[in-house]
Amino acid sequence: MSAETIEKKPAEALLSKRRKKLVTDPLIDDNPVTIQVLGICSALAVTTQMKPTLVMAIAVIFVIVMSNFLISLMRNTIPSRVRIIVQLAVVATLVTLVNEVLKAFAYDMYKELSVFVGLIITNCIVMGRLEAFALGNKPYDSILDGFGSALGYSWIILTVAFFRELLGSGAVFGIPIYDYISGLFGPDFQLATNGLMVSPVGAFMVLGLLIWVQRTKTGYVEH
Amino acid sequence: MQQSNTYIITFSVILTVVLGLLLSGTSQVLGPMQKEAIALDNKKQILGAVISGEEIAAMTPQEVNDYYNSRIASVVVDLSGKEVTEREGVAVTAETVDIAKNYKKPAEERLYPVYIYHAEGSPEAAENYILPLYGAGLWDAIWGYVALETDMNTVGGITLAHAGETPGLGARITEPGVQQRYEGKTIYNESGELVAVEMQKGEGKDYSDDPHQVDGMSGATITAKGVNNMLKNYLGYYEAYIENKKSSSSVATL
Repeated sequence: MSAETIEKKPAEALLSKRRKKLVTDPLIDDNPVTIQVLGICSALAVTTQMKPTLVMAIAVIFVIVMSNFLISLMRNTIPSRVRIIVQLAVVATLVTLVNEVLKAFAYDMYKELSVFVGLIITNCIVMGRLEAFALGNKPYDSILDGFGSALGYSWIILTVAFFRELLGSGAVFGIPIYDYISGLFGPDFQLATNGLMVSPVGAFMVLGLLIWVQRTKTGYVEH
Repeated sequence: MQQSNTYIITFSVILTVVLGLLLSGTSQVLGPMQKEAIALDNKKQILGAVISGEEIAAMTPQEVNDYYNSRIASVVVDLSGKEVTEREGVAVTAETVDIAKNYKKPAEERLYPVYIYHAEGSPEAAENYILPLYGAGLWDAIWGYVALETDMNTVGGITLAHAGETPGLGARITEPGVQQRYEGKTIYNESGELVAVEMQKGEGKDYSDDPHQVDGMSGATITAKGVNNMLKNYLGYYEAYIENKKSSSSVATL
């Protein structure tokens, strides 16, 4: 894992090779969802449509990046005996902030997502990155690491949501693709939507297939 | 030093205070905007009982407010159907009545707002009477609005909302497909008793012949029961008002 502290070098490039790896590694090779199998609960729950999923992804990116940054700033002052509760307090505060902002500016999204946004607190990716990386690394590196992990999570849930919304509701981002296609071929041609995709079972299937495809490509095997 | 109890306690206290200030500050700053958002959402729900969700979704917040102001009039009544304009020296308007808070009081003390959907510019020409609903679902509160047509018997439409019903099961009460099942049903039976409309157990049967029954939601029997109780209770609370309107409208048609 990337937990080991990196020895100090004078003036490392802002986006050196090592730092790029911090961002790109969690996208495919060390993806938090498909490889580490973290954050599954929300990946299954919010992904019926693209729009709430996108909001969720942005919220998670914000929370992971900010908490990684803050914990990394405080890493030398946090007493190790209470570090978990300190991390939890910081994460919970950030999540509450996100929830309050949603409530003020996107009330419809708030109604739909507030349960799941609250559950970001327990998303293992957040605490996992804090424990494994932010506690032992500098703030800038921690921001990159958090951003990478959050992007890894985001693209997976957006992909799942794309297939679930397309197959389950015949739409993408609320745009009725199926209606459009039927319109091209005349009224007799109707594409049927699959109700299974709207239920959590559909998410399991899409996510399972995604993990399968990805692991076939990368050759990753669990030991 | 960092492991000493004094350090840990000091650290925790400072962290708590800083985070607490941050949160209360945010809540103070965003509070007015959140209130506005909630008020707007409430108006959308009220309008949802008489016009379709797509129409509402297409409106900007400003349009929703304008539409609401030009088409909805409101009164507040008590259990005996009498209009209430002030309570304990404070003026009462339908928009200031919190249904959830009133729900905790005994039925006789509650305030009951009525929203009257009328033709544009003429509050006399009522088209629908919209009554709020509130009750318990499976996990948490459920609420909504039911619109009665001017015969005070036919359901013109219903909106239902929930705090925490199971997604895919009880949470389906918010779907237009479920809410449309109520349209055109009647709440009084032939002998003039208030029977409301009951959602049945199971799903997929045709209840179009029965004026008091609608198709259920598979796997959400307890939420459906909650909806039934809520509807029956609240129509009961408004019965005096409904009877008043009924007799006055039948006089008017004579």
